[in-house]
Amino acid sequence: MNHPSPSGAAASSGHDEGVMQAHEGSLRSYLTGFALAAILTIIPFWLVMGHVIENRFATIVIVLVLAVVQIFVHIIYFLHLDTRSEGGWNMLAFIFSAVLVVIVLGASIWVLYNENMNMMPGMMPGTSQHQHSMPES
Amino acid sequence: MSTNAIAAGRHAAPTFYCRQEPPLHNGTLLGFWIYLMSDCFIFASLFVANAVLGSHYAGGPTGSQVFDLTGLAWNTALLLVSSVTFGFAMLQMGRGNKSAMLGWLAVAGILAAAFVGLEIHEFIDMIGQGAGPGRSAFLSSFFALVGTHGLHVTFGTLWLIVLMVQLNRYGITQENIRRLRCLSMFWHFLDLVWVGVFSYVYLIGVLR
Repeated sequence: MNHPSPSGAAASSGHDEGVMQAHEGSLRSYLTGFALAAILTIIPFWLVMGHVIENRFATIVIVLVLAVVQIFVHIIYFLHLDTRSEGGWNMLAFIFSAVLVVIVLGASIWVLYNENMNMMPGMMPGTSQHQHSMPES
Repeated sequence: MSTNAIAAGRHAAPTFYCRQEPPLHNGTLLGFWIYLMSDCFIFASLFVANAVLGSHYAGGPTGSQVFDLTGLAWNTALLLVSSVTFGFAMLQMGRGNKSAMLGWLAVAGILAAAFVGLEIHEFIDMIGQGAGPGRSAFLSSFFALVGTHGLHVTFGTLWLIVLMVQLNRYGITQENIRRLRCLSMFWHFLDLVWVGVFSYVYLIGVLR
């Protein structure tokens, strides 16, 4: 995906910015990315709209996995992120952000899921009376 | 490609991961990338809100009742094709072919505008059905996340129009190349965020 295409050199000739040529990518990388993204989009739509799998949980997991794969397809084939862009600093910033996003998403969902589960009326000891009085109020 | 500095002998000592200093002569692309990463945090927190509140319907409509998956499929196709045509414009920019580049940029812009139009139509439709952002926590988080993404696409399109005027007037100059590279990253990044939106908010929202 980072073939130094002869076309990329035309615009930046006369400048010392050969480093930045990788940003343009190539026709091949865009078409590969498009084909992969289209496949990775059609499968989850088909699974959900066609009710292909009976098991709801399995469908959710497959949709999530395909989304993560597609995000990487976009990063590689469209954003052309690799260890060489901007001397590696782009990749460093990306890894830092990705780690933080995973922590923020994962921890928040985990904490709040547990909180929701444990705060359900009736799940806590001594709340049965409260639970019974709910419908009347 | 990126070994100019190494060849110049400035990096005789073994380097760890970052093989070069950030490019001082043009740190814009790195700076813009870091801005995109901060944008990523905004979207991450909105996704968290949707994940946490996505099943709090308050007796109101659920995802499977209000989401139109056929419209969503059209929206997704528009944004993906827009991303690829923007890439084609960047290739034409590399070749110095101004008219072809402007043509592809126009296609990308029209597709993005159609995306925003469909989304506004969807929002008006939902509010008409009594599924506005004030109905439940689920709908608040939905409108916050999808609306933020839609605003990004809207401003990206405005930015594109301004840049097309600039490009038409002054041609493919170094300044315009730099600006277009930033917008290109922004454009592809929004497509990437949309992958999360259609997968998590819509498709999984329907399954909840």
